[in-house]
Amino acid sequence: MSQFKLRGRVAARLGDNIDTDLIYPGRFLNITDREKTAEHLFELAYPELRARIRPGDFLVAGKNFGCGSSREQATAAVKYAGVGALIAASFARIFFRNSINLGLPVVVSPEAAGALAEGDEVEVDLIGGSVTRLETGEVFRAAPLDPRAAELLAAGGLVPFLKKKYAGRGWGA
Amino acid sequence: MGMTLAEKILARASGREKVAPDEIVVASIDLAMSHENADLVRKSFLEIGAPRVWDPERIVIILDHRVPAESERTAATHKAIREFVHSQGIRHFYDVGRGGICHQVLAENGHVLPGMVVVGTDSHTTTHGAFGAFATGIGATEMAGVWAEGHLWFKVPATLRILVQGEFPPWVSAKDLILHIIGRLGADGADYRAVEFDGPAVRTMTVASRMVLANLSMEMGAKVAFTPVDDTLLEYLEARTGRTIPDSPDFAPDPDAAYERVIEVNVSREVTEPQIACPHSVDNVRPLSEVRGTPVDQAVVGSCTNGRLEDLAIAAEIVRGRRVHPRTRLLVIPASQQILLEAIRLGYVQALIEAGAMINPPGCGPCVGVHQGILAAGEVCISSTNRNFVGRMGSKDSMVYLASPAVVAASAIAGEIAHPEEIVGEEVA
Ligand code: SF4
Repeated sequence: MSQFKLRGRVAARLGDNIDTDLIYPGRFLNITDREKTAEHLFELAYPELRARIRPGDFLVAGKNFGCGSSREQATAAVKYAGVGALIAASFARIFFRNSINLGLPVVVSPEAAGALAEGDEVEVDLIGGSVTRLETGEVFRAAPLDPRAAELLAAGGLVPFLKKKYAGRGWGA
Repeated sequence: MGMTLAEKILARASGREKVAPDEIVVASIDLAMSHENADLVRKSFLEIGAPRVWDPERIVIILDHRVPAESERTAATHKAIREFVHSQGIRHFYDVGRGGICHQVLAENGHVLPGMVVVGTDSHTTTHGAFGAFATGIGATEMAGVWAEGHLWFKVPATLRILVQGEFPPWVSAKDLILHIIGRLGADGADYRAVEFDGPAVRTMTVASRMVLANLSMEMGAKVAFTPVDDTLLEYLEARTGRTIPDSPDFAPDPDAAYERVIEVNVSREVTEPQIACPHSVDNVRPLSEVRGTPVDQAVVGSCTNGRLEDLAIAAEIVRGRRVHPRTRLLVIPASQQILLEAIRLGYVQALIEAGAMINPPGCGPCVGVHQGILAAGEVCISSTNRNFVGRMGSKDSMVYLASPAVVAASAIAGEIAHPEEIVGEEVA
């Protein structure tokens, strides 16, 4: 399977307007170690959810997921908690960009967000723009990732992407 | 067909004649702002391995979220930022006691000028649309890319134009107007869009009040939000920069620009009383009369939305000669050192302290629930800040109501959500 086709199980379904304070409370913002942020994912609102996420699982949400603050820890916490992809009806713009920049696949699909249930096994095609419920074979349309975002995701995020660029140059270039 | 202001600025910054919504452009960055999360940016920047920041003159770093440091961890963050700033030759660094809230500091020191592309690692960077800049929030890793490269890709946003007609009724402020608009359009009502505010009511507003509109537009998802570049703004900038900034057609949308939608709001008719955003979302807006009488434990005047001199002035006016209600505590956090100093000079601080308010050091204060004025479970707060999400100001079982500084001050005196008129009678401030 290519890196743009992912399979996973829906670990949970969340509602509309899940804000960054719900995803990652402000009080933990002074944690700058990305892996450690996962310990506080959904801490105030859905503390039980963290334990349910198995590596590679998907989360499904309604519209405007990640609205609010620009805090990148919200994206990092989702990623390092082991989430393989986020599927939502829509994302708030900074959260969407943070996800691509940290190498967390994000899928915009109002159809899938409305239909998928907890426990569904799903395949997403990021480039083709589809979400398939494997048990029934139902296919939901998704927004295909634009080439620039795909390039960043393929590199594993913005840091590895730029690292390659600067690696060849040496200091003082 | 002409261009909107967002399109014009992005066209200029990406070296194109013309751009249209949904096109992807790579724009050069005029100003890059970070606060404490500069430490996160620094880490990503060092990982990237670029030898130096692209232009130390275009980077501004301001400590504001946890000032002075409240913990050893924060102290270490502040220290790491200081060392980095020094090693990279970044001159525009506002340390503890030298600045205040990042958005206020950029504004009052004349860092932002019309036509600029400004990015900040803070979602309320939209505030700087009040200065005619294309200003938007980005994440820390993305900022590390900007520090290395000096440019960033943007999708050209479609523009929503909001024309505000009429005159502000007594006790209705910029905060009430924008809360009303957010209530009407919803938390994602301007997602990915540029917003242009204009109309007679906007043109009579002070620069400080225009900043409230641009700041809170973030809470309906806006990418950027502009208020007009006019004499009021140019005079403000002249005072802050010490030079004349000539007006230019580059700072205004073309008369034949294409808008996704034009919305009219008549403030005299539609916003007849103060507006309150009720727990737990900013678009849960009700007129004050519906929540009047709700007892409050804490009242907060401050933040990048409403911690400016005019906000402290109205709060001081309302509490002068009165006492904060015994069951309520009033916290006042001037948005910057400059504002605090002016507020002392003008007697606002004295009036507030005599009424029983606590003045906290300039900075974000309790707004993001990490520093001072944290709420216990079951407590209710009325606040002039900009977010009332679950747990934003402390316990997940606390409640935050967002309102204008006048309503916050009146409620502090009444011990419950109150109309300023109840406190000061018919006199209009
Ligand atoms: S005052 Fe509040 S909203 Fe404004 S920058 Fe500080 S924490 Fe963010």
